[in-house]
Amino acid sequence: MKRELILRIRDLYISFRTAAGTVNSIRGVNLDLYRGETIAIVGESGSGKSVTMKATMGILSSNGKVNDGVIEFYSKDNENAVTYRILEMSKREIRREISGKRIAMVFQDPMTSLNPTMSIGTQLMEGMRHHDKLSRAEAWKKAVSLLKMVEIPEPEKRMRSYPHQLSGGMRQRVNIAIALSCDPEILICDEPTTALDVTIQAKILELIQNIQKERNLSVIYITHDLGVVSKIADYVSVMYAGKIVEQGTVNEIFYDPRHPYTWGLLSSIPDVTSDQKLFTIPGSPPNLLHPVKGDAFAPRNIYAIGMDYLEEPPMFKITKTHYAATWLLDKRAPKVHMPTSLRARIDKMLREEGTAYDE
Amino acid sequence: MTNDERLLEVEGLKQHFRVSSGFTVKAVNGVSFHIRRGETFGLVGESGSGKTTIGRTIIRLYTPTEGHVRFEGTDISGALSHQALSQLRTKMQMIFQDPMACLNPRKKVIDIVAQGLDIHRLYRSRQERREKVYEMLETVGLSEEHANRYPHQFSGGQRQRIGIARALIMQPSLVIADEPITALDVSIQAQVVNLLKSIQETTGIAYLFIAHDLSMVHYISDRIGVLHRGYLVETGTSQEIFSNPIHPYTRSLLSAIPHPNPILEKKRKSIPYDPAVLGIEYDRGALRHLEGEHFVLSTEEEFTAWT
Ligand SMILES: Nc1ncnc2c1ncn2[C@@H]1O[C@H](COP(=O)(O)OP(=O)(O)OP(=O)(O)O)[C@@H](O)[C@H]1O
Ligand SMILES: Nc1ncnc2c1ncn2[C@@H]1O[C@H](COP(=O)(O)OP(=O)(O)OP(=O)(O)O)[C@@H](O)[C@H]1O
Ligand SMILES: [Mg+2]
Ligand SMILES: [Mg+2]
Repeated sequence: MKRELILRIRDLYISFRTAAGTVNSIRGVNLDLYRGETIAIVGESGSGKSVTMKATMGILSSNGKVNDGVIEFYSKDNENAVTYRILEMSKREIRREISGKRIAMVFQDPMTSLNPTMSIGTQLMEGMRHHDKLSRAEAWKKAVSLLKMVEIPEPEKRMRSYPHQLSGGMRQRVNIAIALSCDPEILICDEPTTALDVTIQAKILELIQNIQKERNLSVIYITHDLGVVSKIADYVSVMYAGKIVEQGTVNEIFYDPRHPYTWGLLSSIPDVTSDQKLFTIPGSPPNLLHPVKGDAFAPRNIYAIGMDYLEEPPMFKITKTHYAATWLLDKRAPKVHMPTSLRARIDKMLREEGTAYDE
Repeated sequence: MTNDERLLEVEGLKQHFRVSSGFTVKAVNGVSFHIRRGETFGLVGESGSGKTTIGRTIIRLYTPTEGHVRFEGTDISGALSHQALSQLRTKMQMIFQDPMACLNPRKKVIDIVAQGLDIHRLYRSRQERREKVYEMLETVGLSEEHANRYPHQFSGGQRQRIGIARALIMQPSLVIADEPITALDVSIQAQVVNLLKSIQETTGIAYLFIAHDLSMVHYISDRIGVLHRGYLVETGTSQEIFSNPIHPYTRSLLSAIPHPNPILEKKRKSIPYDPAVLGIEYDRGALRHLEGEHFVLSTEEEFTAWT
């Protein structure tokens, strides 16, 4: 089956004015999402995952500015192709055409995206009544069934509850229900299951996967949980300091990572079988108040070569689907292998799996 | 460096919320546990099982419906004098689950982190105040430059670290950490967990660590309590819970941990759990002793059947 492109982000640059100066938070992000597929975005806290995806929904803080780039969304209107250029649309157009209708987002902070003064039932029904023009009774019924789908106990009674009367994980699930309520084409989930225990998390992820199969929904997950990534993702993009530094299929990223930051990230996964001090990547991310010379990860990279401090690495192609931005992949670079401890861990994963992963 | 002195004792704690005339949420239904000085007690369990409510009741944001909480030998579950409450608010700190909801959006980070210091006048000069805050920001992996920003100008993980800084700056003897690392990437999670541990080694602080990431809970906790629908169903050392889970809920929970191994993870099935199907009624059970520090909520028949 031919893959159908639904979202295309090119050369996105975003900066913020702060008391200390201008922060260049997003420094040239490129991303392609195909219909029906799932991309996971992982990476350093503060690397720009949320800002990028909010920009896709046309949301930007008042002190922020898009300096360059395109975000194109290839939608369908009764089988007719429509292209939306998000960055060129007004707030009103976005509200009317895009948000909560064709693209829905589950925001990272569940409390701030719910209105504390409105019952969750009213908030759930709002979109359905506005976009789908459902009657109150129909919307009520659909809202209750959505709450049931996201495993909220006693959904009828909970319809009248206010956000502060719910647990953190319940609020998160209400947000997911709201996002699903209007049958979007793209669902963006920013850390959607952080407040959920692993059993309910599994049910919610499976719920989204089922809807995805039924309706060919395309999904972007932002998550720090690499177990979740393993479960749901087709493709993974790894972000560092405002850029995507590696992307590939989920198997390529987990079993054959190439960027030293990805190596560090995978090495930091706690190993339940050991009591050793947890591994952390030494140093801290660059201060984006100042221009970055070369590879932003170089100062923390024990494998860095001279070139890393001079020039920004391009995306090197490893396979048709696998790319990484590190000079280590240049033909002239010395041959460097991933840390032996990570190699051992990956080999163990492959043994657990039982079948060899062929590259 | 735990010693046997009980810093916190929770006994038969109940917390019921009356939402409307026909609807009362029984969030916590008779929970008992203790935390020793310098110890980390991990609290895990289903979303909505009462973890946050227990934390908020201990720190007296709620008055318990029933039961007792003793902290440093004093019963803090009844009416508290102004002085006792103020003492409690320095010795016990909470890192809140929703970082954005608890950070005043109109205040700069420096004032948010210094809030406790301000209320209890814990510095001699503006400069000392500033230095304490900067030092704390460094400790949690932020920097001086962040001090004059507002909360919304941070990423989710950065905000979470502001909440951690605000709690730790008070040098409390107990920190209730309600999902303190959920918004952080694994490397920074590890950094924060290592940090919490090293602060514990030098100061003998105790933690009530609420989290969903079981591998982190396993790593950081001395003992763990497993909560389901407001009941503590199993408690024991980290080792006892992970290598010998007894209660069917604990087993189901452990079986659902996703593995960072895509091929395996896409095939894995977890053990389902429904107390009704298994005929388990929590009210009929009692905490029964297994061995060491390991207890499980069960009736006698259940206990025999499971062990
Ligand atoms: N309104 C703002 N003003 C100034 N800086 C901002 C603003 N919003 C975001 N930033 C900065 O932009 C960077 C990217 O933020 P973003 O929220 O996208 O990070 P993230 O990758 O989602 O991180 P996390 O995993 O912690 O949620 C951060 O360094 C953050 O401090
Ligand atoms: N102020 C309140 N009023 C009414 N009900 C409440 C209130 N606070 C909590 N509850 C209810 O108590 C139950 C337990 O909530 P709590 O927040 O303690 O759960 P939790 O274990 O922390 O869950 P999560 O992991 O999702 O954060 C839930 O059913 C919740 O709806
Ligand atoms: Mg974010
Ligand atoms: Mg909670």
